[in-house]
Amino acid sequence: MSLRPTRRGFLLGLAATVAVGRTRMAFARLPGERRLVVVILRGALDGLYAVQPYGDPALAGLRGPLALPEPGREGGLLDMGGFFGLHPALSALHGMYAAGEALVLHAVAAPHRSRSHFEAQDLLEGGAPERLSSGWLNRALAAVPNPPEARAGLAVGTGVPLLLRGPTPVGAYAPPGLARPSPELLDRLAALHAADPRLGPAFAEGLRARGFAEQAMGGTAAGPEQRGSFPDLAAAAARLLAEPQGPRVAALELGGWDTHTGQAARLQGPLRALDAGLAAMREGLGPHWARTAVLVVTEFGRTARVNGNNGTDHGTGGAAFLLGGAVAGGRVLADWPGLDEAALFEGRDLAPTLDLRRLAKGVLRDHLLLPPAAVAQAFPGSDAAPPLGGLLRG
Amino acid sequence: MPPAAGHVAAIRFGLGPRPGEVPPADPLAWLEAQLGPEAPLPPGPSAADGLRARQADEEDRAANGGMPPGRGRVPALAREEALAWARRRLATPQPFRERLVDFWMNHFTISRRGPLVNAVAGAYEREAIRPHVTGRFADMLLAVARHPAMLLYLDNAGSVGPASPAGRRGGRGLNENLAREILELHTLSPAGGYTQADVQALARLLTGWSVALRAEPFGFVFRAAAHEPGEKRLLGRVFGPGEAEGEAALRFLATHPATFRHLATRLVRHFVADTPPEAAVRAVEGRLRDTGGDLGEAARALIRLPGAWEPPLTKLRAPVDHVLAACRALGLPEERAEAVPAGLAALGQPLWRAPQPNGWPDTAAEWAAPEALMRRVDWAYTLAGRFGAGADPAAVAELALGPLIRPGTLAAMARAGAVRDALTLLLASPEFMAR
Repeated sequence: MSLRPTRRGFLLGLAATVAVGRTRMAFARLPGERRLVVVILRGALDGLYAVQPYGDPALAGLRGPLALPEPGREGGLLDMGGFFGLHPALSALHGMYAAGEALVLHAVAAPHRSRSHFEAQDLLEGGAPERLSSGWLNRALAAVPNPPEARAGLAVGTGVPLLLRGPTPVGAYAPPGLARPSPELLDRLAALHAADPRLGPAFAEGLRARGFAEQAMGGTAAGPEQRGSFPDLAAAAARLLAEPQGPRVAALELGGWDTHTGQAARLQGPLRALDAGLAAMREGLGPHWARTAVLVVTEFGRTARVNGNNGTDHGTGGAAFLLGGAVAGGRVLADWPGLDEAALFEGRDLAPTLDLRRLAKGVLRDHLLLPPAAVAQAFPGSDAAPPLGGLLRG
Repeated sequence: MPPAAGHVAAIRFGLGPRPGEVPPADPLAWLEAQLGPEAPLPPGPSAADGLRARQADEEDRAANGGMPPGRGRVPALAREEALAWARRRLATPQPFRERLVDFWMNHFTISRRGPLVNAVAGAYEREAIRPHVTGRFADMLLAVARHPAMLLYLDNAGSVGPASPAGRRGGRGLNENLAREILELHTLSPAGGYTQADVQALARLLTGWSVALRAEPFGFVFRAAAHEPGEKRLLGRVFGPGEAEGEAALRFLATHPATFRHLATRLVRHFVADTPPEAAVRAVEGRLRDTGGDLGEAARALIRLPGAWEPPLTKLRAPVDHVLAACRALGLPEERAEAVPAGLAALGQPLWRAPQPNGWPDTAAEWAAPEALMRRVDWAYTLAGRFGAGADPAAVAELALGPLIRPGTLAAMARAGAVRDALTLLLASPEFMAR
């Protein structure tokens, strides 16, 4: 007797729901009980900072204070094979790399060449050459057999990202209460209020009362842990993904990556949050981690050169991550273009050598086992970017 | 008129711009037009309906040995009233009129802390306040003093004249609560120089003004058996017994010079400046005196004050103004109106639940507390996350503030790494908190 659900089983099994916050939802199943999580890093992660090509002789000259010491030195990078090193705040991710569960991709970019955050995020999530009102993950999930009332996936956090919006019904989970913005955003708001005689002093006092040190308002130190922070959301997502009747696909987002000034200090918090969130997912998924893939992407990379404020500006090529027990990891996948002046895109950015769509399409085809038509529907007009094979085990 | 006058009108006198609402080219005419006939109002339960629902809940509770909190007809009715309130303010073509409704609701505060007032609060707005916001103050005062919401909130429903037939049977007596607040908060104010004897006189005049709670007519009743007989001396004037004399006393108070002074001060403080300029108060006070308390004329005087049109806007938006302006700027659809009462509760100004009969405060000092500002930031960030997806932050900024936005805010928004962050910078900026 087969335990595989049948259509009749689906119809009878509408009670097969899971509590998501205050409501109960039914979710679509995936073949082999696989799980997929997509994490969007909003604001443009500096791939050259998170994943440093310390073996490239041009790196130190371009990056100055943003080039960290080589592996083995104090405060040095975490080595990945003698050429690339991870930022030391990404220690859990490095552990996954060492366990063969994390694939690090570099010199990656979506096909657009927009340096506008908002346009680039829309294109990254829409998956088409032009801005769409639905996301590639939503359209891809349209192909998963979906019993009535079952949702294809779950957005975790405040709001549903474009990635998951579209014709296929999805669920949303936000922790109760108000979300708290990142210390960096609070810092920018504090600057707007500082000049206001009526609100400035109260605003500053409010920040102090919440545990911000004086120097944090100058943007140099991380603030206290946010409520509804990324690690919390990631743990909640993992808990739901691990439920027998829970979602099989989830999307999360994490901001704070737009580091035009004082990048080394400003990125500490977001990198730690990302790392802690990924660790929380691995732990929370338990035995299901073996069937999980987590795709981490951002809208574009940042300039190869450090700017005049120890930050970086909007660029092109960057890094992406694919991790999970289902991933054929322990590798850095990069057709490295080099950082010589002549190799830089438009003389300023890391040149992209891998189309991000190939990565996502490889995951849809080989992890979710979607048919070619569904993959094409997710990424219209992407024939020139075929799915990348070999990303997953078995 | 300064170049920003269109936005000043929409922000200072309205609820903030919303998509599709172009800042008026002639702001004064736009505001004037809203003082004309009221846009059609969807029907809602009357006070009698609310009291019947409450009685039915009581009967269920007695039959079932209790009811879980939040269940029953009255909580459902109250939730729907809050949504109707929010929907109206998200979509109204008359935001100035709605501001006046909310101003007078706060002037004549009731609080829905118990099931009785909760059952009739929405009806109170529709029946006692709304019909008179451009009419006579005396008519509003009378409608308020006869409404079950106020009679129950300030305890007059149970006030019994000691020398009345009901009083002589013993057990119950005079309750001064409503009479005192009418003198202190609603009409003269302490500046009017009334005494404790006047409070007692008004309380005696209003004995018998009560509510049929458990049977028809489920609403205002004058209980002659509880009415104090004899003459009462109020502010040197003598009134006789009977319901009509109570009405005469209220009309006398409503048109007292001290009342006009008090109302003018409160209107100017609410719409123009925390410290009301004397000339502005005089202008509105004079109009009230000249028209015998015409509130439409007072509103017209208010929008003609030169000081009301000068940016920068100096009033701090109370949470209710901030929440409505932000939701309108993001084009929150009416079917998502539940975000509005939730926002009011999160920011410490839950709808129709002021802690005391003097209503919500109307000055920046009361609202600009450190943690209160932090909560506004959290709320703006939460709202931007839930409803800001797909928005163009620059377009939202232009709509909401136009020329009133500061360059530093625009620059910070342009540098933001996500739509949500850009919208948070806008919605929690100092200029967005001003009106």
